[in-house]
Amino acid sequence: MKTFKILGSGCKNCANTADLIELKAKAAGVEVNIEKVTDMGEIMGYGVMSTPGVVIDEVLVHAGGMPTPAQVEEWLA
Amino acid sequence: MFAIFTRLADWAAYDLLRLSPESKLGDAVHFFIEDVTKIFFLLTIIVFAIGFFRSMLTPERVRKVVAGRSRFASYPMAVGLGAVTPFCSCSSVPLFIGFLEAGIPLGVTMAFLIASPMINEVAVVVLAATVGWKVAVLYVVAGLSVGILGGLAIEFFKLEKWVEEYVWKIRMGETAIQQAQTSFKARLGYAWEQVKEIVGRIWLYVLIGVGLGAGLHGFIPQEWFVKYASVDNIFAVPSAVLIGIPLYSNATGVIPIVDALLGKGVPIGTVLALMMSIAAISLPEMIILRKVLKPQLIATFAGILFVAFIGVGTLFNAMLA
Repeated sequence: MKTFKILGSGCKNCANTADLIELKAKAAGVEVNIEKVTDMGEIMGYGVMSTPGVVIDEVLVHAGGMPTPAQVEEWLA
Repeated sequence: MFAIFTRLADWAAYDLLRLSPESKLGDAVHFFIEDVTKIFFLLTIIVFAIGFFRSMLTPERVRKVVAGRSRFASYPMAVGLGAVTPFCSCSSVPLFIGFLEAGIPLGVTMAFLIASPMINEVAVVVLAATVGWKVAVLYVVAGLSVGILGGLAIEFFKLEKWVEEYVWKIRMGETAIQQAQTSFKARLGYAWEQVKEIVGRIWLYVLIGVGLGAGLHGFIPQEWFVKYASVDNIFAVPSAVLIGIPLYSNATGVIPIVDALLGKGVPIGTVLALMMSIAAISLPEMIILRKVLKPQLIATFAGILFVAFIGVGTLFNAMLA
């Protein structure tokens, strides 16, 4: 099972990103574990300065805005 | 080139709604229809075009470029890049920490954060198309100057002691810089996403701005502005800045108000001071920055900007009005 971490200080785009991933995962029938990371030290530890960022299994795959639906589908495949 | 929007407003206000061009309501409705259609049209086109051609300019990249430069190079770079780098205001905190962590001085970091909400390429183009290139250029010059002056003042007063202690302890991981997708299809997709995101975020500010602008345009007589907002009234610029501080809008949303005020003969320095103060200082931004700045620094920061806006507004009035 893939673990997604959504990096962000709790802004609207971060919540939207988490919702989008959950929605796409359900649609694809993939089981995922989604975790929201709001601690600034931990976020910066991944080298992210512009949120929201997305980490899959400890690898940073995206930063600086909402990912597109197509990107999310790629991550879940 | 934009006469089509005037004609559209003529038709909608005078033919369709049967309002009289001489009535106050007719005047206000005409302004509203013309500015709403024009601004949303321009906004969509410009955001799409910029999204399509933009090579990915990210805060991570700016950090790398500015770090380690001399003061004389880093201040102009910080405000210039602050004006064109897109980032959501919710990213102010990680951006602030990331800059300091890279050894970028506090003054330079604050200069970036001051310039960023005030100037952006979309607002500048809409401003130019609505009220003319001269005003747009002056606004950019004013915004960049205030950013540099504000940053230099923070450096001069050595305010690092008023940054929250935990900020200095955070260590950043290796920044992974995103590669932009460059195929035609990917660019189209990205540009369209940008339109949805930016228009989705600021449409309400624009609508409120046009509503207020239309009210000013139609219902407040020119004599009122001549009496209270002329160059001779030394309180006009400070009052404009004070009014703008609690108000917040995206810079593009202020443009219809600028349009209406200039139309009423309010001096340019006063109008630009109001626009800067609405776009740059806001309560939500202060609350976000409170996570990394102590209250003393936030108060000093607001005070410095207050003085800088008045200075720039007064100077422009003296030179141009």
